[in-house]
Amino acid sequence: MSNSERCSGNRQKRVKEATVRLGIWTFAWLISLALATFGPLFIWDSHKLITIIAILINLIFGIGVIIANKNHLAELDELQQKITLNAMAITLGVGLIAGLSYSLLDVTNIVSFDAEISHLVTIMGLTYAISTFVGHRKYS
Amino acid sequence: MKNRFKVLRAERDWTQADLAERLDVSRQTINAIEKGKFDPSLTLAFKAARLFEMRIEEIFQDEAE
Repeated sequence: MSNSERCSGNRQKRVKEATVRLGIWTFAWLISLALATFGPLFIWDSHKLITIIAILINLIFGIGVIIANKNHLAELDELQQKITLNAMAITLGVGLIAGLSYSLLDVTNIVSFDAEISHLVTIMGLTYAISTFVGHRKYS
Repeated sequence: MKNRFKVLRAERDWTQADLAERLDVSRQTINAIEKGKFDPSLTLAFKAARLFEMRIEEIFQDEAE
């Protein structure tokens, strides 16, 4: 096996490892988010100190997700990075524009309900998934 | 930008996966380069030139030429 083949084998392994690490951090973050959200209601009866600790843990796991995501991006090859960064750029734009428009609808009472951050997160998630899919199709 | 990836690869009887391994990129990237859908970075172009033992301009041509 040549050096380049060994190097490539390592790259694929590194991408896989980075993906698994990102998945683990994301899963841990989601669990901590659920705990910080529902814990005060159903587990520790709104105890302030425990709630603060739960939120801090969620924040720390969130930082872990950001670092794992950055490391994952660094392991991708240049086309994969281009597709991912394009999807991220579109998601950021949609998140900002749609988020502010949605907020304006709420502030001006055009919509009767309160603007929920979860709606924005859903839109951003869908935008990222669709943008990534379209990107892969474009270069396949 | 046009390139001779497909021809050079075929001359060596390599699959896209073989070339991808040798250039340390994904097979999707090789496929996109061969179809002219993606222009590689200068770093990857130099790497390809070293692999094929050719000059960069012998592999890649500006379509305006």
